[in-house]
Amino acid sequence: MTAETLGQGFSWFIPGLIFVVFLYGHMRGVRIFEVFVEGAQEGFMMAVKLIPYLIGIYVAIGIFRESGAIDILVALLSPILKVIKAPTDALLLFIVRSLSGPAALSMTMEIFDQHGPDSFIGRLASTMLGSSDTTFYIIAVYFSSVGIRKTRYAIPLGILADFASFAASVYIVRKIFL
Amino acid sequence: MNFIFSFFILSGIIVAAANGRIDIITNAAMTAAGNAVQRAITLIGIVSLWLGIARVAEESGLIDILSRLIAPLFRWLFPSIPKGHPALGCILMNLSANMLGFGNAATPFGLKAMQELQRLNDKPDTATEAMCTFLAINTSSVTIVPATLIALRASAGSKNPSEIVGSVLFATTCSTLAAIVGDIVIRSFCRRRRKF
Repeated sequence: MTAETLGQGFSWFIPGLIFVVFLYGHMRGVRIFEVFVEGAQEGFMMAVKLIPYLIGIYVAIGIFRESGAIDILVALLSPILKVIKAPTDALLLFIVRSLSGPAALSMTMEIFDQHGPDSFIGRLASTMLGSSDTTFYIIAVYFSSVGIRKTRYAIPLGILADFASFAASVYIVRKIFL
Repeated sequence: MNFIFSFFILSGIIVAAANGRIDIITNAAMTAAGNAVQRAITLIGIVSLWLGIARVAEESGLIDILSRLIAPLFRWLFPSIPKGHPALGCILMNLSANMLGFGNAATPFGLKAMQELQRLNDKPDTATEAMCTFLAINTSSVTIVPATLIALRASAGSKNPSEIVGSVLFATTCSTLAAIVGDIVIRSFCRRRRKF
């Protein structure tokens, strides 16, 4: 099966999920429209809160890129980038991903703007964003919510998973889409 | 994050100044700020739609069904939680919501799970094994339907926004497996040394 037909199969994913959710909700007698609006309202507030993050990241990356500073960083990192066979943007996204969810999302959108979502880096960024989470944030919030200060091996384990996700993303995107 | 942010901006300004192209900075900053808000408008639509659907799934009990399906696996992953303890239920709900891409619906269950796990803890300031396992699986992200991502790609003009589902599934499985295996290895290592 080629990547193309595989991709086409996945286009059933979202319509299918929405169909199942609404059908099941209807069968269970959920007041679907009211409940939907309630959730959407929460989503609206969440997205509005995201705007300052987007502005910050877009401006920082815009300055970094347009000034030519990014070319210097690429030159400095090129030995590492050659080994892992990934573009600079991907490495930066990897670092930001485990620190801040909104920042990583903003960075991915910026990559889509610059290179297009169907470019190699666009697909790689999508895969990375989808397959990992904001490790440090989750660990900090979850542990502090119950007053735990000694986190033992939780952080190394989270970082291990992040590296695995990055390596797997680079491998699979190169394999399928190149 | 603070360091990265200031690094991007400061080094950008320094490099532009060194190249004698300082005028670029003003332009780049203003254009970027405008673009960010334009993207944000699209994002508002996507996030609102998806959380609306997520709420319907939660209310109808669809997330409960998925939890019941994956329950047997989790008794094996969390041997230190007694059978029928509410902690297991919360963990299952949290991970099920995450799997469906409803990250926001997942957080309240996650925090509840931590409270329940804390009740099983003899040393209240130190993480238990079950907590570490739970967070390892949680942060490695078990996504089946990366919905927000697909919608974002679509809004950015992708020809086939869902084509990344396969690669996401592969990468997320690898990272979750790495987390589980790493957890088991560290846990048995700690038990043998009787400390940590």
